[in-house]
Amino acid sequence: MTSQGLTREGVLKDLEERFRDCIVEVFDKSPKRVFIEVKPEPLVRMANYLFKDLGARFNIASGLDTRSHIEILYHFTIEDLNLLISLRVKLDREHPAIDSLAPSFEAANWIEREMHELLGIDFNGHPDLRRLLLPDQWPEGVFPLRQDYEEWDPEAIRDRGV
Amino acid sequence: MARTVVPIGPYHPLQEEPEFFTLTVEGETVVDIDVRVGYNHRGIEKLSERKTFDQSTFVIERICGICSTSHPFAYTRAVEDVIPMEVPERAKYIRTIIAEGERIHSHLLWAGLAGHFLGYNTVYMWVWKLREEILDAMEILSGNRNNYAMFKPGGVRRDIKAEDIPPVLKKIDSIVPTLEMLKKAILDDPVLHARTKGIGIFSKEDAINFSALGPTSRASGVARDVRKDSPYGVYDQVEWDMIVTENGDVFDKVVLRVLEVFESIKIMKHCLTNLPAGEIDAKITSIPPGEGIGHIEAPRGETFHYVRSDGTNRPVRHKVRAPTFMNLPTYKATVVGETISDATIILAAIDPCYCCTERVAVRTTKGRKLFSGQDLIRLSQEKTERLRKDMGV
Repeated sequence: MTSQGLTREGVLKDLEERFRDCIVEVFDKSPKRVFIEVKPEPLVRMANYLFKDLGARFNIASGLDTRSHIEILYHFTIEDLNLLISLRVKLDREHPAIDSLAPSFEAANWIEREMHELLGIDFNGHPDLRRLLLPDQWPEGVFPLRQDYEEWDPEAIRDRGV
Repeated sequence: MARTVVPIGPYHPLQEEPEFFTLTVEGETVVDIDVRVGYNHRGIEKLSERKTFDQSTFVIERICGICSTSHPFAYTRAVEDVIPMEVPERAKYIRTIIAEGERIHSHLLWAGLAGHFLGYNTVYMWVWKLREEILDAMEILSGNRNNYAMFKPGGVRRDIKAEDIPPVLKKIDSIVPTLEMLKKAILDDPVLHARTKGIGIFSKEDAINFSALGPTSRASGVARDVRKDSPYGVYDQVEWDMIVTENGDVFDKVVLRVLEVFESIKIMKHCLTNLPAGEIDAKITSIPPGEGIGHIEAPRGETFHYVRSDGTNRPVRHKVRAPTFMNLPTYKATVVGETISDATIILAAIDPCYCCTERVAVRTTKGRKLFSGQDLIRLSQEKTERLRKDMGV
């Protein structure tokens, strides 16, 4: 129980009721960790509810290429409950795109830029999708964190796992 | 008034690391700022996918030269979260000791740099000398001043010997009087106040909006500290206070970090004197498929690691998020409206991660006079007095 009257069970039940149509699967992993798979369309609405109404902190998002999908996990912490909620969305691998969280809160700005260039995910409505990490000479459309990434620069000395 | 663009970087003799700032100024006032990073991008997340779980610990220890333990700490906790499991009690204590020692030296390093950026080189020299004692203590404990290589999934790699504890405690105690003096100097010094009070104010609303971390958020009155919010190691078994200040200016960030050093000393001493006997490694044999998250409070804020395993001995995905990634964008909110001369210290106030692990060792003085720390303080005070007399103040 916190000053806001939140409890772990209360928050999870509230989320399940409020977003009944959006949730695909809830995986209650451990007392401190919950993974909720949601549909991509209502993600922004749900993230906003967590961030603004429940006062959760946006830790970060982590994207990955599962070979069948491009998956993004949005991690939120409710500090008063010692609970980390990760929202999982699965996007089409050919044209991964989802609405941006950056207009809702600044914390999502840079990580969406990073996922855009490293995994090739389009964030609709992002105010500034310029390159963040990769050098200017890096070719367009080559995404280093994709599983099928192949070395494009014959002169590069990069780790090939040998 | 006409606008001028002042580019700083990406490579500049006064910058420790390559970054590119574009400051747009009207006269001396900053009206816009843009940051470009990536000049140091090494692709460590990709690299980690090609290493085994044990090898990755060493790769990511090299992400940062200052908080070299925070990444292995978060990473090993992420791997342990995949299983899930807890490490032995003694390993928890040792991890906490190393992490707090790192916080002390990192905060002192920052305080020194802050003095340097303000043109206050006495503070810089003074504080870095203090930091040496802590680095020596870390060398006694781990064999290294930085990059301690103490962590492994399941526990720690090296035990702390009973005979090493007294000299380490002595080193820690030795910095306290000077630290008290530093605290008093910061709270009293009118020059320092003039340069830092009310400068680069970061509001509470912005701290929440940017999800700022560590001292950057705590100095704005947002009480966030993973050590309290989601205790790991033995932080829930030790009495210590989370330092929170309200004003969000550079001054509050200085005070906050100095006060945190005292808390870290408290934690470190408690752990060293109450170190329980027992195993230091739970000896993980295999990592099942699944995913895990590890987050810990590094000196600059929360370090966050996400690991996914497919049951082999390599992670299929390893996401690393250092605290500066969240704190760096915040100076859009702090620098605009300030003068260009204050931009440096405002940028420095979030403690962006610099790598500096170089050291110099003087083995012989060849007959020259060797000054002790006390001698140097005396000489410095004498010189100040002389200056005062010359200037008639």
